[in-house]
Amino acid sequence: MSVDRRTALRLIAAGGAAATTTGAVRGDEAPAPPPDAVGLLYDTTKCIGCKTCVVACHEANELPPETREWGDGLYDAPTKLGSRTKNIIKLYRDDQGRESYMKEQCMHCVDPSCAGACMIGALQKREFGIVTWVKDRCIACRYCQVACPFNIPKFEWDARDPRIVKCELCRHLLARGEKPACVRVCPREAVIFGKRDELLAEAKRRIDSEPGRYVPKVYGETDGGGTQVLYVSHIAFEKLGLPDLGDQAPSVRARAVQHGLYQGFVAPAALYVVLGAVVLRNRKRIGNTDEEDDA
Amino acid sequence: MTHVAQPLGGPLLTRGYRVLLGMAGIALLLIAWRFAAGLGAVTGLNDGYPWGIWIAFDVVTGTALACGGYAMALLVYALSRGEYHPLVRPALLTSALGYSIAGVAIAVDVGRPWFIHRIPLRPDLWNLNSALLEVALCVMAYVIVLWIELAPVFLRRWAAGGETGFTRFARAATRGLNRAMPFIIALGILLPTMHQSSLGTVMVLAGPKLHPLWQTTFLPGLFLVSCIGMGFAMVVVESSLAVLAFGRRPETPMLGRLSRAASITVALFLVFRFGDLAVRGQLGALFAAGRYSLLFWLETILFVLPALMFLRATVRRHLGALFGWSCILALAGALYRFDTYLLAFDPGPGWSYFPAAPEILITLGFVAVEVALYVAIVKRFPILGGPSARSGRVEVTA
Ligand code: SF4
Ligand code: SF4
Ligand code: SF4
Repeated sequence: MSVDRRTALRLIAAGGAAATTTGAVRGDEAPAPPPDAVGLLYDTTKCIGCKTCVVACHEANELPPETREWGDGLYDAPTKLGSRTKNIIKLYRDDQGRESYMKEQCMHCVDPSCAGACMIGALQKREFGIVTWVKDRCIACRYCQVACPFNIPKFEWDARDPRIVKCELCRHLLARGEKPACVRVCPREAVIFGKRDELLAEAKRRIDSEPGRYVPKVYGETDGGGTQVLYVSHIAFEKLGLPDLGDQAPSVRARAVQHGLYQGFVAPAALYVVLGAVVLRNRKRIGNTDEEDDA
Repeated sequence: MTHVAQPLGGPLLTRGYRVLLGMAGIALLLIAWRFAAGLGAVTGLNDGYPWGIWIAFDVVTGTALACGGYAMALLVYALSRGEYHPLVRPALLTSALGYSIAGVAIAVDVGRPWFIHRIPLRPDLWNLNSALLEVALCVMAYVIVLWIELAPVFLRRWAAGGETGFTRFARAATRGLNRAMPFIIALGILLPTMHQSSLGTVMVLAGPKLHPLWQTTFLPGLFLVSCIGMGFAMVVVESSLAVLAFGRRPETPMLGRLSRAASITVALFLVFRFGDLAVRGQLGALFAAGRYSLLFWLETILFVLPALMFLRATVRRHLGALFGWSCILALAGALYRFDTYLLAFDPGPGWSYFPAAPEILITLGFVAVEVALYVAIVKRFPILGGPSARSGRVEVTA
């Protein structure tokens, strides 16, 4: 039944050898998901809000507890994503009073804004299309935080040597042939792991097989250029805090502007030649008015 | 009349100057605290608003206010308006200081500045899709270019004196620089054209988090045109301040003509701004209730008023009026940048940002250092043109 187990096994078989680093996308084309893309599928109708995945994520990623004092006790109780929390379960209510749990973590966008932002490739889409962060490259400029439409990357505001923290799909577990921690512990299989195209097919199968149960749309299929984490839900996605991004990734527009202006640095080079000639001529015409310069 | 620039002379450590140094000292202590305790300890920044006033003011607005050197170089060298030449050097100095301070502000703002050198030194890691990379590289290069453009001022002073190895070097360097200068000046026009527009491109990637009145693929064009207008305005502001603070002879007619150039730039900006909104079908949002349309109209009024005022001969002949309206124009450009980077940026419900006191004090410290360096340099080096009103060589202009 579970798509994720099959894929996990296949990944082990491949020995993680499918390590194809996805190069930076050029121009204004919208990239398709990489062929080896993996992801998560979260189903709001199955989640019981037990938060086991939140604890498991903490543990698997060796994050310190998010301590909070309430009354007379000290609790490990994160309320939102943060530098110590890569995964959170929230409860949302729509206008009709229907409630739904919602799992938040990195969406592993097909065309990630965070990676488009990062000056020197600390954040990049790497093997299996997972958007990963490399400490050695990060200068902690936080442009990725400004850019991410889902507000996922978090920053260690109290650290002397701060890191960017976000879900990396438990790539260290995948490398060992295991499934992501949140998937492994979920008692209801509300979140499953697998190849993106198989998850997408599974999501559509669920929607089709029980008409009326789900909103007839898989969030992440095309939203914001597509994401590798997919959602099916019984209440409207915007009520779950998922933004309406349209089908185009913001990075497509940003690249179009950047490359439209620069034309592979031909435009600035040409402008420089022209400016050089004009300044040379005009400086002669004005006369070297810096008279003291020649003194 | 000649415009031989000369040092102002006079004592350095006045009372006002001590205040500036005190502010810089406080900022320095707070910066030490920031590096010891992390950014969260001294700022109001958070995961929703990861960029605050250090970026929006010190870097994005600060470099635009420091575009006087760029705007004047465009006018004098690209458009061949030689008559403005006396304004170039003081403008270059404020530009060099403004950009250098912005560089320091970036180093304080990023979490791991000890890796900044990798940006210029590791082209193999470059992400050419990142507008911020372009900004970073161009700003670094431009700071160097600005100081090279100013170098003759310092070299000449050091070249004076006996035949030592150092004076010989200073003279040779001056001659070499003079020959290379056209190509350095051309770089000094190219680099701001690139990074001031890229500062706009940076926010294109913020996508839906930036309000549609500001979010447009036209951001680079709007940022570029507005920084030139701000550059002209700041040249007028700084020249008037030099009259006030140092008793320089007013260059009112020249500044009046310059203000007309500012008017033209603003007109261009407004055509782009409204044209873009019309093309994107966002004109309706201008009349929606709420703070965004309010901010937009405030911006627009601040742009329009000085541009109209500069068309009036009475304003152009009056130094005080030129100064006041130029301040307002600079404010307009500053607000446009603040809106784009902070006030019209909304990461979603649950997030808010207000700068913390240490954060503000550090920014004030940066400004103080800038002013202090400016004063010290114009007192000791030949930057400001024209005879001093106090020197007795003045023909007093009405
Ligand atoms: S959700 Fe945000 S952090 Fe995750 S890949 Fe997309 S842009 Fe990057
Ligand atoms: S904070 Fe780090 S990971 Fe994020 S954009 Fe800057 S350098 Fe890249
Ligand atoms: S994949 Fe791993 S890091 Fe990501 S939410 Fe699940 S447990 Fe956390």
